[in-house]
Amino acid sequence: MNRLTSLCMLALCAVAFASPARANLKVFSCEPEWGALLAELGGDKLDVDVATSALQDVHVIEAKPSLIAKVRRADLVVCTGADLEVGWLPQLVRQSGNPKIASGDGSFMAADQISTLEKPSQLDRANGDVHPGGNPHFQMDPQRVLVIAKALSARLARLDAGNAATYQQRLADFTTRWSAAIPRWEAKAAPLKGRNVVVHHNSWIYLTTWLGMHEIGSLEPKPGVPPTSAHLATLVDTTKSQNTLAIIRAAYQDPKPADWLSERTGVPAVTLPFTVGGDAQSKDLFSFYDSTLDKLLGAIK
Amino acid sequence: MRATVLAVCAALASPALSAAPAHPAASVQQQLEALAARVAALEANDQRLRKQADAANAAAKAAQDELAALKASAAAAPLAQESAPPVAASAPASGSGANAFNPAISVILNGSYSSHSRNPDDYVRAGFPVVDGGGPSPRGFSLGESEISLAANIDEKFYGQLTLTAENEHGEDHVGVEEAFVDTTALPEGFNLRLGRFFSNIGYLNSHHAHTDNFFDRPLPYQAFLGSQYGDDGAQLRWLAPTDLYLEVGGEIFRGENYPSGGAEHSGAGVKTVFAHAGGDVGTENSWLAGVSMLKSSARDAEDGFSGDSTLYIADATWKWAPQGNFKDGGVTVRGEYFSDHRDGVWNAPVDDDTPLAWRGARRGAYIEGVYRFNRTWDLGYRVDKLWADRHGPFASEFDPYRNTLELSWHNSEFSLLRLQFSRDEPNADTTDNALTLQYQVSLGAHGAHKF
Repeated sequence: MNRLTSLCMLALCAVAFASPARANLKVFSCEPEWGALLAELGGDKLDVDVATSALQDVHVIEAKPSLIAKVRRADLVVCTGADLEVGWLPQLVRQSGNPKIASGDGSFMAADQISTLEKPSQLDRANGDVHPGGNPHFQMDPQRVLVIAKALSARLARLDAGNAATYQQRLADFTTRWSAAIPRWEAKAAPLKGRNVVVHHNSWIYLTTWLGMHEIGSLEPKPGVPPTSAHLATLVDTTKSQNTLAIIRAAYQDPKPADWLSERTGVPAVTLPFTVGGDAQSKDLFSFYDSTLDKLLGAIK
Repeated sequence: MRATVLAVCAALASPALSAAPAHPAASVQQQLEALAARVAALEANDQRLRKQADAANAAAKAAQDELAALKASAAAAPLAQESAPPVAASAPASGSGANAFNPAISVILNGSYSSHSRNPDDYVRAGFPVVDGGGPSPRGFSLGESEISLAANIDEKFYGQLTLTAENEHGEDHVGVEEAFVDTTALPEGFNLRLGRFFSNIGYLNSHHAHTDNFFDRPLPYQAFLGSQYGDDGAQLRWLAPTDLYLEVGGEIFRGENYPSGGAEHSGAGVKTVFAHAGGDVGTENSWLAGVSMLKSSARDAEDGFSGDSTLYIADATWKWAPQGNFKDGGVTVRGEYFSDHRDGVWNAPVDDDTPLAWRGARRGAYIEGVYRFNRTWDLGYRVDKLWADRHGPFASEFDPYRNTLELSWHNSEFSLLRLQFSRDEPNADTTDNALTLQYQVSLGAHGAHKF
């Protein structure tokens, strides 16, 4: 028992020494796109930890010790929500024992700020890895990103009132640049309108809806179920016959299934960044959108 | 054409027409005029209806446009709901009445078929009495442990979880309370308090539910020193340091009813533990977790016949490597734990009522396992475990038991797997037990979030 008491004492001492007053708000971001948005909205007023990279599948991240340590120190957690992180974020929050981010103002879920597409009318895992909250891959819809930016900026201002003016000014600046970029992207993407694509996972519905493209097939037989050769074989005819523009996959996805289908159909397989950092060009949200459109346009012969 | 149809309709519909044979010429003329008037009226009516339909269509179109405009403006304008806490925004709108607050329910179904070259009922482990849950699996079909778990936030300060297990012992079904605990969620400075019945946080595997294991059964040191897993009624205090390095320290006090303890000594506080775990990343592709733990027990008539004081030290280490950090898609997990068990007390033979024999001494155990994950579907694992017996005392043995295990798992999805495992167990100098097991394990209900 003595040992236990001294351990606790040691712990308390460590608290006293290890937590000096820091001015910056500490933010834990689950995905790179929200990390990039935080950089736009907060700049050097925020210390941002991004949990995952564009080369990782955010559906199935491990609740690593390093992530628990980061959540432990966070003032705010910014994640996608809609159950995208259901396999790991609840574990991080519980193990970190950080009441600030467990609920309330310290927990910002992007999906709660917008309406999602593809909300399933029937919840049955026989249909694959369905998300009751709808499709959570909305980082490729510029309008939704703008709504999220405004809500996030307001949240930052509420948690860190001292820098509220900065957040407001940075949001205004971002809104101006983003609103100007949208029509530019739409004009650039005009040749993509009405074109068909085959996707790896159903992660592109917001992009295709925005640009007026059509998703005619998915390499995964059901969402979250790895592609099988039998299922891929059924896609050959569809892909060939429907004047398909491209077979698209995210940077983190296994390239083999898309390559297989590409070889048999002559339709190019295109790797899109999917989030900031997904390719060499995607350094921030703007260049991420630019790169995505460039790569899709590059598939037009 | 339409006029003709209308006329015919009118004719059929008019009983006057069929019942008018009286005044031929004049009446025919009158009837024709009447018909013409009717046709005109009907045509006018038709026109009116068409106009109405057009107007309705236009109105519907306008409503659609308005909806679209609303949607666009909602998308473009900051949402009013930002002023509300996100909890309210994310609350399910559909849940109705009392069921809306039902806890998350998850069910683990597990079953196996095992074939042993030696009868598990005659299993003897040199130097280590076999305790309940610490021996080989039964021959043939077996349900193993299937469990149901309920979990939810209780209020803004507490979280609760209840796990019930269904087990079959000697042909009788038992439903047991495996875990039933309350966690605090609002203690400041990284402190967590847990009260109730739960698995101790010592070592690595002990706090993990068996359904997250890489192998069908627990390693020999867990079987011999903890009866596969030590859980009891008690309290736990954990503290997580505010450092870049993951550093967790904590301690527990347990009732001391279950093996390796027994008899709930010290007025029902017979077991005390302390533990520390540290972990981190090396680059993006490597993660590690390591810890040291100690369990001190005062036991009276524990399951292995021991009465007295015992101390168990555990050191554990886990290393995971995965390309790009995608652990579910491939990579290697290596884990090892080392146990050192010290006894100072007496041993009462279960049958003899002779004077108790002194039991003082130390025994050790260790295992190391490596699992290679080919992709999201397949993994292959190998484990070596060994126990070192005491050369003196009531369980003196010159032989140290060991076992080699090979497993192959097929994961259909995150929620289901089939596992084939072969093990070669040498529990004593004269016996070799070759066991082949086919196991299924599925989880249904709420999506679990697993520990590292």
